[in-house]
Amino acid sequence: MKRIVELTINGEPRDMVVDSCRSLLDALRDDLGLTGTKKGCDVGDCGACTVIVDGEPVNACLMLAVEAEGRSVETIEGLQPGVDVLHPLQDAFMRYGASQCGFCTPGILMMAKKLLDDNPRPTDEDIRFGLSGNICRCTGYTKIFDAIKAAAIEMEAARS
Amino acid sequence: MRRFEYHRADTLEQASRLLTDLGEDTFVFNGGTDLLVEIRERLRRVRNVVDIKQIPGLSDIIYDETRGLTFGALVTVGRLERLALVRQRYPNLYAAFASLGSIQVRNRATVAGNVCRASPSADTIPPLIADGAFIHIYSRTNRRVVPLAEFFTGPGKTVLAKGEIVTGITVPPAGDNSGKAYLKHGRRKAMELSTVGVAVSLTMEGGLCDDIRITLGAVGATVLRAPQAEAMLRGTSLDAATVKNAANKAMEECTPISNVRASADYRRDMVGVLTGRAIKQALEAFA
Repeated sequence: MKRIVELTINGEPRDMVVDSCRSLLDALRDDLGLTGTKKGCDVGDCGACTVIVDGEPVNACLMLAVEAEGRSVETIEGLQPGVDVLHPLQDAFMRYGASQCGFCTPGILMMAKKLLDDNPRPTDEDIRFGLSGNICRCTGYTKIFDAIKAAAIEMEAARS
Repeated sequence: MRRFEYHRADTLEQASRLLTDLGEDTFVFNGGTDLLVEIRERLRRVRNVVDIKQIPGLSDIIYDETRGLTFGALVTVGRLERLALVRQRYPNLYAAFASLGSIQVRNRATVAGNVCRASPSADTIPPLIADGAFIHIYSRTNRRVVPLAEFFTGPGKTVLAKGEIVTGITVPPAGDNSGKAYLKHGRRKAMELSTVGVAVSLTMEGGLCDDIRITLGAVGATVLRAPQAEAMLRGTSLDAATVKNAANKAMEECTPISNVRASADYRRDMVGVLTGRAIKQALEAFA
């Protein structure tokens, strides 16, 4: 059965008509054309589809689109503050080579954003714990952690 | 994804009616982190899901010194994990919550869902049983409360009858004389199903063990108690030799199988190691 779902995506109100067994991930990618959120395992193991729903990071593959009714969803498309302006995390990821094939990057950036929003000065252990639900098969994680640490320092400096 | 019908219930009564009226292959849909995977991987035949997340009154967390900690069926693992009260008073529950799935999964998954799935390796069940938790069950004709230790009848099986819905869980208060621990053994630290899980909850009076409950996960058809090991420890000072003997007894009391995660022999050995270690960790509350 199809249902109308009204929700907010990256601050914009959106309506979509979705099949009630469609995942939020498929609805974002196929119905709304927001293909920045990636489908890795589709069973909640890899974290590539991480989006932020009402302030909490979740796997978009483990949520039905109909469950997003009335909620606010943030995806990678909403991370950059403006046209041609990168989020400090995106900028640091480029400078530190924290992205190789790039498939895990959107999910990791959303997770890292939430981590730094809650905890502006994370320890190495905080970063490892915060990203333990996100798999990267290219980088060995070191450059990702370095980029997040650098972004945290830069964001802190920009605030003061 | 294999097709299924989605129903949203606004009240417990409506949810209960849907569960009985829609027939076989109808399931409660709560956090969904397990059910959606089972549907996608064709591990469970599902025709209808009944979403209970819009039902009011199932999202509260309450603590009082006489009844203890009560949380509704919709309370996510992540919400409880972030609660200072849980970290301070229930370090065993905190350890279980923080090791379940990932942060993303824990923001959707509920403790009630983890319990109702009734997996022998579920992380939340051993510490909840060791703490003497109760489960609140709604049905259209009567509401009942069942000790969690009597809730499970086999792997994936519980005492829930058709149309019954779990509404919450109560964990007795954590007294100042109590010590608690949950140790999860796996091949990696995150995103792991437990190979063996051991929980210990104990109380001390005048330097002697007043009461102790040892629960063993992933080494039987359901989470098990180790009653003989517990009996060996009550009334003792929990000295190293007694703990060692009791840990050996716990190894005899478990009934592990071999599967993709570990052999039965390895699991049994780990029960011995982890039981001793969990008692030691529970005693750190008194150090």
